[in-house]
Amino acid sequence: MVLITRKIEFSASHLYHNPAFSAEENRRVFGKCNNPHGHGHNYTLEVTVAGEPNPVTGMVLDLKELKDLLEREVMQRMDHRFLNYEVAELKGQIPTCENIARLIWELLDPKIKQGRLHRVRLYESADLFADCYRNGAAG
Amino acid sequence: MGVRVELGRRYRFAASHRLHTDRLSEEENARVFGKCANPFGHGHNYILEVSVSGDVDPATGMIANLADLDNFVEREVIEVFDHHSMNEDVAAFRDVVPTTENLCIEIFERLKNLPTAKLERVRVQETSNNSFEYAGENGRERL
Repeated sequence: MVLITRKIEFSASHLYHNPAFSAEENRRVFGKCNNPHGHGHNYTLEVTVAGEPNPVTGMVLDLKELKDLLEREVMQRMDHRFLNYEVAELKGQIPTCENIARLIWELLDPKIKQGRLHRVRLYESADLFADCYRNGAAG
Repeated sequence: MGVRVELGRRYRFAASHRLHTDRLSEEENARVFGKCANPFGHGHNYILEVSVSGDVDPATGMIANLADLDNFVEREVIEVFDHHSMNEDVAAFRDVVPTTENLCIEIFERLKNLPTAKLERVRVQETSNNSFEYAGENGRERL
């Protein structure tokens, strides 16, 4: 088995706010991330697909197809968007690194036909990231 | 759900060490450890990556409260190692060679009782060319 990773970068804004919490609780739990007008990050997404190289092409999958899939599912949905207001799938969720990474996994997993999605890693900054793996699979 | 989510957090510390053991002769130390056995030690800017898992709390969207995680790592690891000599200042390395393999194991042991989430693995980068990972004694499948 071979792992192949494609990286993209996108920029988006968000804020953390739970309407079920009081203003004080929101401030205590989320800190600066609760500032009312939001703030932004440069996100880096690494998508890793596992598979056997096709004996004829030598490829696990067509990287152009993966690039197009990431453009369609991630870039068009999230790049230069306000995640709370403009990404319908995140409605009712706090758009943390964990939740965005999980959404990206759920968007990509059913659409990857050559090879199998192995890992989604989303960096919010160089020092904070979330990893998604198939449940039960090795890290 | 078919997906497992982990949170990764990166920390930095600067520390010195000397790779040398009394169980080997001076010639053997020099042969095995090379420059790393120089008598007064040397230092690195280490990068530590800590990965934790757990349920994503629907109320906060988080596996672990970052401030709690940061405080725990700060107390258990950063305060202990940052701007210290591992050989002189960290009891675990009085008789154990402070290679980054052993450092990984020591840091994992210090963090494994994390109160807020389950520790999955630690990765320590000694330089931009060397990094090491450890996931506990039975952690092979988590690497």
